[in-house]
Amino acid sequence: MKRKIERKDWLLFALIILFALLPAIPGIRENSLTMHVILMIFLMASMSQSWNIVGGYCGQVSFGHSVFFGIGAYGAAMAVVKYGMTPWPGALAGAFLAAGIAVLISWPVFRLSGHYFAIATFAIVEIFNRLFMVWYWVGGAIGLDYSITEQGIVNFVWYQSKVGYYYGALVLLGLVFGVVRWMERHRIGYYLRAVREGQETAEALGVDSTKAKLSAMAVSAFLAALCGAFFAQYNYRVDPPMVMSLDMSMKFVLVTILGGTGTLFGPLVGAAVLVPLQEYSRALLGGLGGGVDLIIFGLLIILVVVKQPKGVVGIFSYLRRRMVERESVGKEND
Amino acid sequence: MALLEIHDLTMKFGSLVANDSVSFSVEKGQIVGLIGPNGAGKTTLFNCVSGFFPPTEGKIFFNGEDVTGLPAHAIARKGAVRTFQVVHPLSEMPVLDNVLVGSFLREKDIDRAHELAWECLRNCRLEDLAHRLAGDLTIGQKKRLEVARALATRPLLLMLDEAMAGLTTTEVKESVELVSRLKDRGLTLLIVEHIMEAIMPIADKVVVLDGGIKIAEGPPQDIINDERVIKAYFGEKYSRRLKESGQAKRYE
Repeated sequence: MKRKIERKDWLLFALIILFALLPAIPGIRENSLTMHVILMIFLMASMSQSWNIVGGYCGQVSFGHSVFFGIGAYGAAMAVVKYGMTPWPGALAGAFLAAGIAVLISWPVFRLSGHYFAIATFAIVEIFNRLFMVWYWVGGAIGLDYSITEQGIVNFVWYQSKVGYYYGALVLLGLVFGVVRWMERHRIGYYLRAVREGQETAEALGVDSTKAKLSAMAVSAFLAALCGAFFAQYNYRVDPPMVMSLDMSMKFVLVTILGGTGTLFGPLVGAAVLVPLQEYSRALLGGLGGGVDLIIFGLLIILVVVKQPKGVVGIFSYLRRRMVERESVGKEND
Repeated sequence: MALLEIHDLTMKFGSLVANDSVSFSVEKGQIVGLIGPNGAGKTTLFNCVSGFFPPTEGKIFFNGEDVTGLPAHAIARKGAVRTFQVVHPLSEMPVLDNVLVGSFLREKDIDRAHELAWECLRNCRLEDLAHRLAGDLTIGQKKRLEVARALATRPLLLMLDEAMAGLTTTEVKESVELVSRLKDRGLTLLIVEHIMEAIMPIADKVVVLDGGIKIAEGPPQDIINDERVIKAYFGEKYSRRLKESGQAKRYE
């Protein structure tokens, strides 16, 4: 039995090709807002997908992902601003540091059952936010501002056009989704879902649940930090409330819930709904004051959680099942 | 040397003594039945042996190694795998994926893990349900899934915790046949069971617990006539009546 390439793989591959071709359309390439919205969808989808590893597949709801995101952002920014390097080593160091911190924080709490993990991750956001606010070495409350460097892939900054960032975000998306797809098909993916569905059962079958959860957490934090590094590069700056906040943490969680937790395409679908909503409502309704996007998003989440807890992807798979059933009923009647 | 040896195992929950100095052993290739009335401490003993509770006192040896207090996944890795009395399906996963979780213990390669999983599904007659969600199965199917999943780990010792309770007569018969088939293939089994018709004909040895204490151990026909066992199960008055009418001889 040879391993077959499933429909999911083709879909993911086709989507990435499609996204890669989008900027070739002049109307899209020249419109800075459209480019911004699409690349923010990629970024948000990657962020939520990284959360999905531990929150969706493994079922451990983390409210702390903005910390890992922030560490990645600070990693890149420190490399550029403090050490005059390219952001790459900083992003990588930030990712490893985030993974290490994720393991350190989760290790004691994973031994407890119930909601302690969620509570503990909630707490670390505040701790890190305050810590970075008063830590002058990393810029304190003012944060770190990039000075102008030569644009291009080496410094990962572009000033005139968003095309560079667009492809950067697309590579990030491909990487994060690729990792998750790989996990889905290998032992670790089965183990994570087994831990989510029943930790005792998993243990009885020889699954080291603590190890599984910690590896999920480490990979998840690593990828979230890479997303953070991209975010710092895109904004040319970083400060604590911008990256390490409960608002930011919530986005990781809510986008995935809206799209569908524990599914490959859920984070992408969730981001494709939320980001345009957020960006366009900000552009159009900004005069009404901040937070209009969050009100709409809140209503959407309530609707989804009440009607279809598996998110938008869940609605699609429900419809598909209905269609298949109707077809088979039709055949029986013939 | 026995495959599983339990020495003076005591398990206390506060002041409640669930197992009091229980000792017995399971020889390789045997089927050992563990019986006793409700609350006798059978499941607690199972939980201790399978690593879910660290025993208060006593030692457990598996395959010559001291496994006392090891975590459950480590014991499963060594080859002692259990099922649960209250079925624990991984509800949101298909039946096949449930079994795959088991087969990944010995087969890291996904194709070989698939082959092993299908073999276990066929053994437990679940192959037609492979793509259903485990949560949608009937209770009988879920019990078979428990067994299939445990089998997929290629255990040396399979510990079944009331795998037949709540099944129809036909299903019980099928399970008994499956268990005998497994024994023929060299698997060792420790079975907690309430259904005497199921366990007595296939067991090589029966261990009886009552109130946390081992009250009898021996071949099934001896156990059936053991006065303490009858007393524990039916009470003193009934045991006297049973003896007078000669009903206890029924199983011989």
